[in-house]
Amino acid sequence: MYNGGKIIAGLIIFFGLVTFPFYSNFGKTANKVTPKLDTPVINQLEKKECVKPKEYMRTEHMKVLDEWRDEVVREGKRDKMIVGGIEIEKSLQNGCLKCHSNVKTFCDVCHTSSGVKPYCWDCHFIKEEGLL
Amino acid sequence: MGIFFSFSMIIALVVIAFAGVQLANMQFIFGVVIPYAAIATFLIGVGFRVYKWGRSPVPFRIPTTCGQQKSLPWIKHSRFENPDSTFDVVVRMALEVFLFRTLFRNLKAETREGRVAYGSDKWLWLAGLALHVTFFVVLLRHLRFFMEPVPFFVNLTDSLDGFMQVGTPHLLITGVVLLLAAVYLFFRRISIPQVRYISLPADYFPLFLIMSIAISGILMRYFTKVDLVRIKALTMGLVTIGPVETDGIGAIFFVHIFLISILLAYFPFSKLMHMGGVFLSPTRNMANNSRIKRHINPWNYPVKVHTYEEYEEEFRDKMKSVGLPLEKE
Repeated sequence: MYNGGKIIAGLIIFFGLVTFPFYSNFGKTANKVTPKLDTPVINQLEKKECVKPKEYMRTEHMKVLDEWRDEVVREGKRDKMIVGGIEIEKSLQNGCLKCHSNVKTFCDVCHTSSGVKPYCWDCHFIKEEGLL
Repeated sequence: MGIFFSFSMIIALVVIAFAGVQLANMQFIFGVVIPYAAIATFLIGVGFRVYKWGRSPVPFRIPTTCGQQKSLPWIKHSRFENPDSTFDVVVRMALEVFLFRTLFRNLKAETREGRVAYGSDKWLWLAGLALHVTFFVVLLRHLRFFMEPVPFFVNLTDSLDGFMQVGTPHLLITGVVLLLAAVYLFFRRISIPQVRYISLPADYFPLFLIMSIAISGILMRYFTKVDLVRIKALTMGLVTIGPVETDGIGAIFFVHIFLISILLAYFPFSKLMHMGGVFLSPTRNMANNSRIKRHINPWNYPVKVHTYEEYEEEFRDKMKSVGLPLEKE
């Protein structure tokens, strides 16, 4: 090879960058994170259900919050809902978090693991959880 | 014709992945087997291409220069247009790799009032740079699926990228710019007649492939959402070379990962190898120092010479007898 040293050094650097996820995870095992549903309010529900089916909420919960925000703040539609036998407001803190009071073991487990940083907590502040 | 061929290839690939997952339940093939095969093809292919290039001798100094060569001390030397040292070559190369300096010189030639006129045309440079930079940022962001915990620079990239805070999940600018740049490059290719004339299926295919990858990614993020937690478990399974579960993941994810696998596998065989090629271009990576240093062709064989002195020595008597002038009597 001509200029072999430089070319091989370049190739090694390139392969090092490309295969970074492989060797930096070497020996680890993949774990699926699961949000906890074990809260006092959920345990006392007559029927274990959310405002929408579970599969829908898994992928679309952010859209539900976005729609609620528009309906409540912009259109003034504040109709309450009955979910699992209790009354729920269209609200993050007075709605979702009424049942899912465990932000750290419910919201954050998936968000942190998938590198999602929702800007809910830019405004919403929960004293007990010490979230900012 | 190249457009229709490339476009139908992309449609066929999307249909193959979609049908394979929806009808034939081949999640494992599309989510695990093909990605591994594609990564292996990419690494071996790129390595082999670069090795093959490295074996080619480059005996002559053939840098394309566009400035004053190093000369007498009072003549201003254009260092980075006409480099004469390794350092200057490295700077010139860095400007090329990071800022696409040669594209910045792109000119538009047109006839105005019967005369040829040249004008500055920076759109190709801008779109090309935008495509490459955003592609890099998008790749960097995707490390969130391959690292546990997610490193801070990935989170930082994500929050900078989504700093406009539009919608949920927040809009990431680079994804949109990547798609727009690819679309612009496609329209440039078909709207300039000369460029269209020289365009081949191999020019359209990578563009359509990048567009389809961007579109499937955007669809998956904002429109037909998929279960991220399950996907992260799958991608982590891939990089830890461990067991992988493919249940409960939407078909669009498999379309996305299949198109990326095609891109990776296609890479070493295509024009996309310009990623390695830019570093190995003799017209870019050589110093123009042939007047300072003697470069000897490595395959030069010893040439037999017969000088005039030897010639005269050999034929002295004969030359003398016919009265030819001699240098040495």
